[in-house]
Amino acid sequence: MADDHFQPRRQGDDLITKFVGETGGLMRALNALQARDGYVDAANVPLLAKAFNVTKAEVKGVISFYDDFTKAPKGEHVIRICQAEACQAVGARGLTAHALEKLGIGLGDTTADGKITVEAVYCLGLCASGPAAMVGGQLKGRVSATCLDKAIEEAGQ
Amino acid sequence: MTKIYVPLDSSAVAMGADEVARKIHAITGFDVVRNGSRGMAWLEPFVEVETATGRVGYGPVTLDDVQTLIEDGMLEGRAHPLCHGLVEEMPFIKAQERLTFARCGITNPLSMADYETHGGLAGVLKAVGMTAEAICDEVITSGLRGRGGAAFPAGIKWSTVRGAKADQKYIVCNADEGDSGTFADRMIMEGDPFLLIEGMVIAGLGVGATKGYIYLRSEYPIAQEVLTAAIDRAYWKGLLGDDVMGSGKAFHLEVFMGAGAYICGEETSLLESLEGKRGQVRAKPPLPALEGLDAKPTLVHNVISLCAIPTILAKGGAFYRDHGMGKSTGTMPFQIAGNVARGGLVEKAFGVTLRDLVETFGGGTRSGRPLKAVQVGGPLGAYIPADKLDMPMDYETFMGIGAGVGHGGIVLFDDTADMAAQAKYAFDFCAHESCGKCTPCRIGAVRGSEVMAKVIAGEEVEANLTLIEDLLEVMEDGSLCAMGGMTPVPVKSVLKYFPEAVGRETGREAGKGGD
Repeated sequence: MADDHFQPRRQGDDLITKFVGETGGLMRALNALQARDGYVDAANVPLLAKAFNVTKAEVKGVISFYDDFTKAPKGEHVIRICQAEACQAVGARGLTAHALEKLGIGLGDTTADGKITVEAVYCLGLCASGPAAMVGGQLKGRVSATCLDKAIEEAGQ
Repeated sequence: MTKIYVPLDSSAVAMGADEVARKIHAITGFDVVRNGSRGMAWLEPFVEVETATGRVGYGPVTLDDVQTLIEDGMLEGRAHPLCHGLVEEMPFIKAQERLTFARCGITNPLSMADYETHGGLAGVLKAVGMTAEAICDEVITSGLRGRGGAAFPAGIKWSTVRGAKADQKYIVCNADEGDSGTFADRMIMEGDPFLLIEGMVIAGLGVGATKGYIYLRSEYPIAQEVLTAAIDRAYWKGLLGDDVMGSGKAFHLEVFMGAGAYICGEETSLLESLEGKRGQVRAKPPLPALEGLDAKPTLVHNVISLCAIPTILAKGGAFYRDHGMGKSTGTMPFQIAGNVARGGLVEKAFGVTLRDLVETFGGGTRSGRPLKAVQVGGPLGAYIPADKLDMPMDYETFMGIGAGVGHGGIVLFDDTADMAAQAKYAFDFCAHESCGKCTPCRIGAVRGSEVMAKVIAGEEVEANLTLIEDLLEVMEDGSLCAMGGMTPVPVKSVLKYFPEAVGRETGREAGKGGD
């Protein structure tokens, strides 16, 4: 369409200005952008810098510091598997390897069709019910390979 | 009317509690109370029914069990293979000394009426009639030490913040519980959120702070939901606001979300993050108690430390102090996790033995294989071999062997655990989570992992282990905070207790000249 140029970009000015003057405003804005867009679009960096009176480098520094902020969209379905000790003790390493092998990707990667991302998470506080995972925002305890296979199949459809 | 309880706790929800609660409601038409967890994770979802003799528990209840359980008389508390009888009489519950978790699992976490009926608000009501100095004195008397891991005497912190002169002071709750094997913070925030709010309000009255933040990790979405709702209710009740419980003093509170950085559990890193910056560690001094959030005096405490405060005020510092042993006063919520048969939370006075927690409460490994090691105190804690469990859980005993109680997490590993891999993981985790500010941690972790990989591959084992021992000493002595400073703890414990795992015949203490 010809007037595409005038469409608002995924910049979210409202989500930025809303937090100006608040304690930790930049973190709040980044969390809000990530939640809404699924990533923090680079186009937001200069806007954030201006709004919070910091340099663009500082904004990029904050984005890169935290695992939750990503510079590109993730897959439609995100599977986060706990990699910490309590889950290691009940087979998290093998479980992760199983899922990655099935999908043919590495940890932190997204499948070529953009459907599934598998990420590491360091502790979901389900340490007595491991191995633990978060599938599409849902907490899962005592996760088995079969359970992961099912989640992968459902996500792939 | 029949009262049925199905926990809203993450450990229950992760095992299908939401679906179970919905099905029970659909079949019976009764409202289901979503309570906190009793802390028996292996029984989740743990359904409770109120009967004339008390609450009767069933678990683990799957979706497929619901129909039969109801047909077999669950609502009347009748016997069934999944029935555990009266919950208060279950050995796992009965043998505990629950001061902080007294209400958790019993009440509706979002009912202020339940909270008050079960002893809530007694602490803050006492505190509003006391001077700030008297409040701090109770905390000093209690002997409470920071439950986040550092075990610093709380009373000293409170007095420092109280004595600081400033136009604004803050209470910051460290709810960035990232240690693997720990979930006490999560459980109490989901199961009894008013307790944390009350503790923070009392802290505000005690040190003269009018504003508080709960810095919560993003991996805890249910805790976020519960806390946010509880804060709303606390404002409505007058526990928060411009006139706390009619005291004429203000206290405002909000939840601030982290973004997936373990290091933000370190208090100065947390403060940087709360200011909207990279969570990089600050050099101390200045202490946060004098120059914390926005350079104002700030009392930073872990969730469990703050949750101990209402009891200390309600029953007196002396009551709390009379639990525990030596300089480790009061109770500690221990969390038994990993490869464990009966995992969950056990609140006991300090002095309970590690063996008691692992065997009597935990029931040994889930796999049924022999226990090889337990890691106590999270990723920065020592791996303790199965034959050394007869030591009391107290800060001094653990420090004496180069270990730490930390946040009270105990992770069991069976005999299939690869201890050399665990030692390498300690470095890998540090490399992933290091804030990058100081060199020993930032570079040391990466080098440690590389050298450990060589040891595992059998390359010049002795020479490489000597290198590692040297590196550990540098990290321990030269790091800015506990991340780099304590990463050596798990590695050293592997070298000391599991020498065969790294190709040595006998263990030795790293960093002591290799004698």
